[in-house]
Amino acid sequence: MFAHETILHRLRHGCQTMAYPDGPAPALPDRHGGSLRLDATKCAEGCGECVRVCPTEAIAQPPGHPVALDLGRCIFCSECVAVCPTKAIAQTGDHRMAARRRDDLVIGGPGEEQVRLAAALDEKLRKLFGRSLRLRQVSAGGCNACEADTNVLGTIGWDLGRFGIQFVASPRHADGLLITGPVSRNMELALRKTYAAVPEPKLVIAVGACAIAGGPFVGNPQVRNGAGEIVPVNLFIPGCPPHPLTILDGLLRLFGGLDRSLDRR
Amino acid sequence: MSAPLEFALLSNGAGLPWTEVPEWPADDFVSATAAELDRGGRLCAWFGVPEGAQTRLVAVVAFDAENTLAVGRSEPIRDRHPSLTLRCPQAHLFEREVWEQHGVVPKGHPWLKPVRRQGNGQPAMGDFFEVEGSEIHEVAVGPVHAGIIEPGHFRFQCHGEEVLHLEIALGYQHRGVEEALTGGPHRATLNQLETVAGDTTIGHATAYAMVLEALAGTEAPLRAQWLRAVALELERLANHTGDLGALANDVAFLPTSAACGKIRGDFLNLTALICGNRFGRGLIRPGGCRHDLEAERAQQLAGRLRVALAEASEAATWLWDANSVRSRFEFTGAITAEQAEETGLVGPAARASGVVRDVRFDHPAGWHRFAQIPVAVWPSGDVLARAQVRWLEIQRSGKFLEEQIAAAPDGELRVTPGPSAADTLAVALVEGWRGEICHVALTDGDGRFRRYKMIDPSFHNWTGLALALRGQAISDFPLCNKSFNLSYCGFDL
Ligand code: SF4
Ligand code: SF4
Repeated sequence: MFAHETILHRLRHGCQTMAYPDGPAPALPDRHGGSLRLDATKCAEGCGECVRVCPTEAIAQPPGHPVALDLGRCIFCSECVAVCPTKAIAQTGDHRMAARRRDDLVIGGPGEEQVRLAAALDEKLRKLFGRSLRLRQVSAGGCNACEADTNVLGTIGWDLGRFGIQFVASPRHADGLLITGPVSRNMELALRKTYAAVPEPKLVIAVGACAIAGGPFVGNPQVRNGAGEIVPVNLFIPGCPPHPLTILDGLLRLFGGLDRSLDRR
Repeated sequence: MSAPLEFALLSNGAGLPWTEVPEWPADDFVSATAAELDRGGRLCAWFGVPEGAQTRLVAVVAFDAENTLAVGRSEPIRDRHPSLTLRCPQAHLFEREVWEQHGVVPKGHPWLKPVRRQGNGQPAMGDFFEVEGSEIHEVAVGPVHAGIIEPGHFRFQCHGEEVLHLEIALGYQHRGVEEALTGGPHRATLNQLETVAGDTTIGHATAYAMVLEALAGTEAPLRAQWLRAVALELERLANHTGDLGALANDVAFLPTSAACGKIRGDFLNLTALICGNRFGRGLIRPGGCRHDLEAERAQQLAGRLRVALAEASEAATWLWDANSVRSRFEFTGAITAEQAEETGLVGPAARASGVVRDVRFDHPAGWHRFAQIPVAVWPSGDVLARAQVRWLEIQRSGKFLEEQIAAAPDGELRVTPGPSAADTLAVALVEGWRGEICHVALTDGDGRFRRYKMIDPSFHNWTGLALALRGQAISDFPLCNKSFNLSYCGFDL
């Protein structure tokens, strides 16, 4: 009987894949808060409250600046937002936060109040990977949440396959790696070998605070502080874990997939 | 010598002064622990506490039927003690761990090798058990796997298709969580415990909060206890639903697989409705909760929950109605109740072998003292049983939530726990979706952590997967593995 029922169910529900990116992006949960914005000119003289509460030391006081916040280290706990007396740090509600360069994740300076979002790859790589990108996923000390929210992109609601992006079972079949976790020392060798096994030219995408900078485990002697210490990284997607929407935005951004959809509209 | 005869008793979520934990010379301590286990106890924790250059052993034993925990410790040991594993197999990994962490040798341990030690960019895992014979072949899988999964290594000894023995070698995910806790709590401690097994954030964070509250001699306000219980069941719903989908996928039954993938996300989004994060980060704090589930939000949650549960019910019905699914699930990877008891399995893996074992029922703490959930068991011990237990638990968690969301206690959500008592041992158990999570803290003279031990249910259960594979076709490994769905990072710490 089930064949009958499952087909009926399918007909009843129709296509369950979201309209995004052709339609509007689904809303983030209201308490999620999205990305952060920091306007250090608003900082109270000698304050530093946020520096003291941040669990990952994502907020520093570099010489000449009141504070600088590294979204790569940030786990979006929002403690800094709660203690900031002048609202210099605020949540933007924006799911977009992927960057191509590590420095683009550091916010607070004049003109750099927000993350500088990733630009598309150059023409040559876009031609190569833009319609078909195969990724090998390596979890190197990930907690299974970044992994889970990457996995979710393969479900019917997100259907990553429609963008030509797929996760494959061998590095030999892959165009690049998607890395999660701070890179535990015990995964260092496996990560190096997997990277070496991917044919050139290849991409590396670091998903989550751990893979970008060590996340909650930054400084633990048993981990490296992010994938960038082992392999060159082409795309950083912040979060702990990043919302699936943030990951998808990051991936599409690489290929100008979002611009194309804008063009079509 | 006036050796005490009994372990000290305490209940879940309580503490007692370190000096009141009875102590034995090493040999007697091993015998005393074996005696506790022989009379029906279950080993929740077995770990070392450094004492100068020596090490004390500590045992936490659960008496499920009596709703009590028992603790004992050894006098400082220099280098060795008789192995407990020889008498009680459930101690085998614990003893390997103590040996790895403190260098104390359990003399006579049948398979003493590292658990997660580092060695040149990979775990120093030692030699593998080998079956010899001209027709025997060995299959090595991992650490990096084919899908989006955490890393681990599986070594099969096969005769043709048949698996004679599977050895599971982990440690790749080791992030040094326990070491980092010494001298804590530190500024990132809570965040590290929220992500020690990131799919079990509510479970581990609740255990940690309970430990700190026990050390401070306080409790979270009722409303927070209620909200923690709600969040714990949401976590269970999301993971169990995902597991049913993954099991369906592994036998190529795509309707349920596709549906459950989506419904799992719907459950995660309910957790995000409470705290913004799909995995519950930032919700549980020592002393209470950081976000409230106000009446209006609760109503929204209840509505969305009803829809997701109805969809899950539909997807499960397809699964159980399909003969092809049943024939792949039935008799695959069976574990007997004796094996489950002997190896100390916990959670759905134990309950699927007919063992009635559930912290929410056996050692109720927090809100579970006031609101119970029936224990879901299934007798056959196979993949079908592990799937059925999940489905029963989805239904029971759903019912529990429907009732409890309508029965929220009023009052404050969070208090500031006082300072932790000095030289005190506190124990917390939580029934996470994979089974028993155990946290034990021992404070120093300043109330800082002298030792913090945590045991994810996966620590108990990986042995179950290895046993389930005996005599199976190697092609059944993915299915058996999914039916346990254990945590790599939770094991590796
Ligand atoms: S939100 Fe980010 S920057 Fe702010 S305190 Fe938390 S981790 Fe630090
Ligand atoms: S960034 Fe956060 S969610 Fe991702 S692996 Fe690290 S701890 Fe887990």
